Amino acid sequence: MAERNAEEVREQPLTPAQTIGPFYGFALPYPGGPVIVPDGDLRVHGTVRDGAGEAVPDALVEVLQADPHGRVGGLFGRCSTAPAGRFAFTTVRPGATGDGCAPHLAFLVHARGLLLHLHTRMYFPDEPLNAYDPVLAKVPNDRRHTLIAVPDRDGLRLDIRLQGSGETGGDETVFFDV
Amino acid sequence: MAEPLRRDGRGAHPDRDFPAYRSTALRHPKLPLVPLHDPETELTAPFLGTGPIGPIDADLTAQHDGTPLGERIVVTGQVRDGNGTPLAGQLVEVWQANASGRYAQAEDAHDAPLDPNFTGVGRCLTDEHGTYRFTTVKPGPYPWRNHDKAWRPAHIHFSLFGTAFAARLITQMYFPGDPLFPYDPVMQSVTDPAARERMVAAFDLDATVDQWATGYRWDIVLRGPDRTVFEHDLPGDGGA
Ligand SMILES: [Fe+2]
Repeated sequence: MAERNAEEVREQPLTPAQTIGPFYGFALPYPGGPVIVPDGDLRVHGTVRDGAGEAVPDALVEVLQADPHGRVGGLFGRCSTAPAGRFAFTTVRPGATGDGCAPHLAFLVHARGLLLHLHTRMYFPDEPLNAYDPVLAKVPNDRRHTLIAVPDRDGLRLDIRLQGSGETGGDETVFFDV
Repeated sequence: MAEPLRRDGRGAHPDRDFPAYRSTALRHPKLPLVPLHDPETELTAPFLGTGPIGPIDADLTAQHDGTPLGERIVVTGQVRDGNGTPLAGQLVEVWQANASGRYAQAEDAHDAPLDPNFTGVGRCLTDEHGTYRFTTVKPGPYPWRNHDKAWRPAHIHFSLFGTAFAARLITQMYFPGDPLFPYDPVMQSVTDPAARERMVAAFDLDATVDQWATGYRWDIVLRGPDRTVFEHDLPGDGGA
């Protein structure tokens, strides 16, 4: 790594992460947290599951996404998975971001038993730009489906599997090292 | 285009697979994470302000009609990034058990009293120097079911956002000299002793208020921009 400006950088060691724990529900969720866009016409929902396939009722899911013009920052949501492991957001479909990515929602998953949160994304089914998305391009073919929402009568469903099952664990959600 | 973050120093974080903390067993990914370089979305911070998160309240002892039981304390410190830059206007969210070690959440079954004068939830924004400051009571330790005689050392949960979604941090602040440290797998999941020490506040006479509250200082360092690599590529206005 280049160090040409190292003298301008006063290096500070990072504060380590710790689990959100089981009892954040009285503190972090807020009214309107699951409503990223009031009266938005898109419902994004899903279930967080563990390595045994059991629903995780004490996770907190956060979403950051672009607006329909592809601008990121203003659209943020937060939803607890209590009591049944499910989350649901009301929002709108984002535009493509300036880095060449297809429209997507960035997800953060926090949970009891998760010492450091996880990054994942939701992409849209039947989106032609997915074929050119530089992030999806880095994901092995047989795992890409874990990032692509499934249409159902409630909107778009993205289930999040923290850990895959069996030897191969192929149904594990793709998480990112950002 | 958003500014890339430093990727070094993240070894301070716990391994998600930490068997002594039993709940990690089925909740850590087994497959390798996919590296994501320079993603615009994750390198942007959500605009939170004071709006979406609700009322700002930095005094946890003043949220009810009466005064909560316990040792009144002031907890203060600076939020800065890994380059030493203070982060002003940052939303800091905290939550904690009461002085008896009981959370004001229905699911907490610990047989310790609730305090009608204490909820244990606080929020504030850092000032222009990156400083946050809460008034609260010292939380009690509490038992959990991870192993025989498992007790969590007293701690306050902290949530921070930083300058990018990828700088987000949720962690816990501990109190100096707690004898439970060596027995707590959550704290010990941070295996580097120096990194573990960075989660422990220091008693601070400057933060102490005469005849009123003892003071603790705890600085928080979040991931910051990777200036060593990208300084020359930034446009004149600093980008972003
Ligand atoms: Fe706790």
